[in-house]
Amino acid sequence: MAYISLPEELPGIRGAMAFRPETARPLNDLVETLLHGANTLSPGERELIATYVSYLNYCHYCQSIHGAIAAASLNDNEDLVKRVKADFQHADISDKLKALLVIASKVQKGGKHVTAEDVEHARSLGANDLEIHDTVLIAAAFCMFNRYVDGLGTWQPHDEAMYRERGKRVAREGYVTVSKEYLPAEAAAR
Amino acid sequence: MPHISLPEGLAGITAGFAFRPETAKPMRELAHILLHEPNSLSPGERELIATYVSSQNDCYFCQTSHGAAAACHLGSTEVVKQVKTDFQTAPVSPKLKALLAIAGKVQQGGKNVTSGDVDHARSLGATDLEIHDTVLIAAAFSMFNRYVDGLGTWQPRDEAIYAQMGEHLAAEGYRKRPPEHPEPSYYETARAALK
Repeated sequence: MAYISLPEELPGIRGAMAFRPETARPLNDLVETLLHGANTLSPGERELIATYVSYLNYCHYCQSIHGAIAAASLNDNEDLVKRVKADFQHADISDKLKALLVIASKVQKGGKHVTAEDVEHARSLGANDLEIHDTVLIAAAFCMFNRYVDGLGTWQPHDEAMYRERGKRVAREGYVTVSKEYLPAEAAAR
Repeated sequence: MPHISLPEGLAGITAGFAFRPETAKPMRELAHILLHEPNSLSPGERELIATYVSSQNDCYFCQTSHGAAAACHLGSTEVVKQVKTDFQTAPVSPKLKALLAIAGKVQQGGKNVTSGDVDHARSLGATDLEIHDTVLIAAAFSMFNRYVDGLGTWQPRDEAIYAQMGEHLAAEGYRKRPPEHPEPSYYETARAALK
């Protein structure tokens, strides 16, 4: 049972967004730009960062749905998503992404944990300023989304098939488009 | 020194915003709705929640700028200091104390909030919307604080700058980019790299 009266049929952040469409709109715009917009980091790489931070914050809903979106963006490679969560240093991802995941995990603990050396290391492996910026902001934003979803005590089903199906849709259509099904038209409008 | 090439002369989050206008827009919009738009919680109360969370996260820029905005709304810098030091003994309503307790739990992690915390706030008059907004303000500042510190932004230690900032924020809110903060032209180069 959620702590406040959220729409019963909507899990995780969707219930909270339907409860408050005014804040849902900028939240969806932010996640759309960070994870689905044009970027030199692929959608799959950015979803792995979101998934990893959500995993570190123990947010079941967020790590499941973003893990599913990541897998859908990475040729349905669910095993890779599991490996990144368990031990990304030994996962089959680029050295640059590993360095960005290190930065993301520092941000998850607190912004001051990021060091000049962490950033230099990422840069030496090819990361540019925009990619470093977006990694910091994705990690920071998921410290928000995770707290929002857990702090309201939202319903978070344990149903892998649901997340898998939903993940494929979000990977294909993006966040703003799928949000229209649970937000009033005027709130979902761009 | 910031970790990336942020525009010089812009403090705290305004440098991150100028570097990446696409993400700045929804972040400004979110802050404006949560802190400035009409709400049964006053702007001063909501700025106190933002200030308290930023203080718990030890983010100098955010706690000082939002503390200044709160002081401007409330006409007192003293109450802001007291809320940061020990809100339970500060001259704020019992309802706001209960909401600050929820915000403090969210800052540590969403799962720390209990139904007891929420029932207590409700027994003191808090509505579902006020509880929702408290959770989201605390969560959003867990983002803003990490963004500001995680980029290693310049955070000047000059109270007068923040007092001025607080007046501007209290009067205008967060939606508009201040005119003195133009988008740097070098950002065009970074954008071109995306294509």
